[in-house]
Amino acid sequence: MSARRRLLAWATAAPGRAGALLLAPGALVLVALVAIPLLIMAGTSLLERGTYGGVERALSGAAYARALEPLYLRILGRTAAYAVATTALCALVGFPMAWCIARAGRWRGALLFLVVLPFWTSALVRTYAMMFLLRDSGVVNTLLRALGGADRPLHLLYTPGAVLLGLVTTALPFMVLPLYATLERLDPALLEAAEVLGARPWARFARVILPLAAPGLAAGALLVFVPTLGALLVPDLMGGKTMLLGTLVQGQFGPARDWPFGSALSFVMMGLVLLGFLLRRGPGGVAAPAERVP
Amino acid sequence: MSARPVPRSVGALALAGYAALHVPLLVLALFSFNDARWAADWRGGTLRWYAALLERPEIGRALRASVAVGAVASTIATALGTLLALALVRGGLRRARAVEAALWLPVVTPEIVTGVSLVLLFSGLGIELGYGTVIAAHVAFAIPFVTVVVLARLRAMDGALEEAAMSLGADELATFRRVTLPLLAPAVLSAWLLAFVLSVDDFVITFFVAGPGTTTLPLLVYAMARRGVEPVINAVSTLVLAGTVVLLWLALRLTRAPSPPPRA
Amino acid sequence: MMAPAAPPPIVEFDRVSKHFGATPAVRAVSFAIQPGEVFALLGPSGCGKTTTLRLLAGFETPDADGGTIRLAGEVVNARRPYERRLGMVFQHYALFPHLSVERNVAFGLEQARRPADEIRRRVRAALELVRLEPDTFGPRRPDALSGGQRQRVALARALVLEPRLLLLDEPLGALDLQLRKEMQLELKRLNRELGITFVVVTHDQAEALVLADRIAVMGGGRLHQVGTPAEVYEQPRTRFVAGFLGEAVVLAGRAAWRPGGLGTVQRADGSAFTVATPAAPPADGEVEVALRPEWLDLVPPGQAPAGENALPATVEDVIYLGETLHVLARLADGSPARVALRNEGRPVPWRRGDAALLVWDPADGQVLVP
Repeated sequence: MSARRRLLAWATAAPGRAGALLLAPGALVLVALVAIPLLIMAGTSLLERGTYGGVERALSGAAYARALEPLYLRILGRTAAYAVATTALCALVGFPMAWCIARAGRWRGALLFLVVLPFWTSALVRTYAMMFLLRDSGVVNTLLRALGGADRPLHLLYTPGAVLLGLVTTALPFMVLPLYATLERLDPALLEAAEVLGARPWARFARVILPLAAPGLAAGALLVFVPTLGALLVPDLMGGKTMLLGTLVQGQFGPARDWPFGSALSFVMMGLVLLGFLLRRGPGGVAAPAERVP
Repeated sequence: MSARPVPRSVGALALAGYAALHVPLLVLALFSFNDARWAADWRGGTLRWYAALLERPEIGRALRASVAVGAVASTIATALGTLLALALVRGGLRRARAVEAALWLPVVTPEIVTGVSLVLLFSGLGIELGYGTVIAAHVAFAIPFVTVVVLARLRAMDGALEEAAMSLGADELATFRRVTLPLLAPAVLSAWLLAFVLSVDDFVITFFVAGPGTTTLPLLVYAMARRGVEPVINAVSTLVLAGTVVLLWLALRLTRAPSPPPRA
Repeated sequence: MMAPAAPPPIVEFDRVSKHFGATPAVRAVSFAIQPGEVFALLGPSGCGKTTTLRLLAGFETPDADGGTIRLAGEVVNARRPYERRLGMVFQHYALFPHLSVERNVAFGLEQARRPADEIRRRVRAALELVRLEPDTFGPRRPDALSGGQRQRVALARALVLEPRLLLLDEPLGALDLQLRKEMQLELKRLNRELGITFVVVTHDQAEALVLADRIAVMGGGRLHQVGTPAEVYEQPRTRFVAGFLGEAVVLAGRAAWRPGGLGTVQRADGSAFTVATPAAPPADGEVEVALRPEWLDLVPPGQAPAGENALPATVEDVIYLGETLHVLARLADGSPARVALRNEGRPVPWRRGDAALLVWDPADGQVLVP
């Protein structure tokens, strides 16, 4: 038997051995670059902050204690509020979008592509585009002036509204896609049956559509809420002086140099991800954006 | 779905959503041709901002760096991700489902957490931040996307085709080369393009793992944007946008192809 | 004078078992296939016939203690499919979509690195063998072919390599009735012309009866019986075989055997009938006897022919099937019986509710193995 055949015979001898061999390179890279760093991050959050940045080899809960200080609690609370508002707005706008796509027939593919496209474009470009629109001398204000509106420009940028708009447009695809996946499977006969039984439009929505769309809604909410908590670009470029969790963490690895604190904050976010992950036991009814493009 | 038209409020909200997603980008592209330095009113079309790009060598450097990093990272990620997909579908692994579910973890993790954890890894190991660490980071977050794309195509492929090849005398390697790979090629190519786009467009993770000398295009645009709005940024952004759309469209076409191109 | 030795079997399964996890798919199956014959694996879905075929092909391996598989005398349990020199036609043909018909058929020859002119020649011959015009069909892609044409290409692709065995997994399932009948005859012709052993998996008993020289009837992972079509139809061994190949009337009772003669079976309702004692008679006791509807007859009470068994029955229904009439009746103890009568053009003599006698020749009864 040639060397090649011997190798193949060995690789296929035990069930699953071939799979393990193929899995090994990618799995190793992911363990080394995803799993281990997360463990290091968790560990770092329990170390003491070094005097010139970096860490000391001493265990300390100071980082988590710091997170509970009123200043930081306010920031965390503010970020959570933004995340909740973003999720709610994404649901409010995303549901109609998913509904329309599911009804669209021939245009379904094109409409889905239009939803997915922004996800793949640079977040920086998108954020900058919104800055360009909303700033004091930006397009919106110029338009308003041209239409004879106020003399003074509307301060649109660097406001909570701008941040919210930025967060919502970033997260919208993540709500629309899982919702669409669920709504697509909705049998129109169910709605017709409900109508025959006397349900009016709002009742049909609340008692038929909403319960059946709930899994998609839950998946979308998870995919929106946690990443929004950690959003960096939008608060940084559009938020002005408003500090959110993302910019706070960014600072800890910049001038503020409190790595344990930054790690602790990141770890809390990671904990929420894992919680949501385990609750949903994996994607289930969620289709990844990547799956939607092909 | 039933033929009843959509209520107006629903349609309006949907339209608002699409507008929010696309109007800023369209305006940005439009105004990259605007002949005005500070004002945002239309002063006539011009290509001078695109010409100005040529006078900014740092932009060309950053673009080349991004493309190089993207190409290297995509190639590595595509190779590893394809092997992963093969392992999950044809490898006979007992815990295949658990592994597949675990693959989603990097995707749902906030980018900032990924960035922070990687910075800690590299500094803990004493690895200097630079193009190498950026490539490593990009490989890591691209692998799950590649795997998902190739996985979908592999699953749609009839397993009997590979068995037929084996019944005709082709061993596992020959079967892969002559049957699996040609049929998988569009998906692999598409995955490469998607990984490339992800890499070139990435900001947050790159921000954390890039060293002082490493400037990719997004990092450069960020630095410029922090200093204030500038028409040149419009031009760069529009170019990046156009490139992304073209590559995405290509990736989409490749995975829609019903049968792969003929082989010699 | 010594009889010439029978050729050694080309396939031998010796107590082969296969489990998927905890589920048994094939249980201690043993059989031998003679060179040149058409051997059918017949059974309902889930009976293990496809797994048996895949074990033979090498796509599954038997359990660690799951018996031996021999090809032409050699043990091949661990041998990979590409080293077994078998041809296989898959259920949905598995033609390579990215290759033309010609390249599909040439695949195995190219793999074996045969010279180009030999490949061309043999591919042409193979396509002509399955009656596909090489110049017309050679350049076409599989998706431009009809189901029947794809089937022929799949056959050509396997046969061009001159394998010692051709495996066919439900080869005719996807074809319409007319095409199926044509292909059945085609397959028989190919088998005769080429002398290659065919192993066919099918769930269609009519198809097995037409195609096969011998049939292996499988159910629940076990092999119930191996025999010629006549043997498995007229002498079913188990209740499963009796029920799977056509209709069967099964009569139960307590038997008392007389070696070499007729045994008597007493039924719960007091009636009795006789049946030929099997060569290796079981102990006296509970027994089941199977009969085919066409061996039964119905006569008015009191008119049982001499020497035949007679059991009282009530007519329930008459089904008109054109060529035949099926009379459904119920025996005194409630068990059903079906009698197949030839339609002789005369008005049907039976109506619902009529009392009748179910009669048959004692020699026809088949004693079933529990």
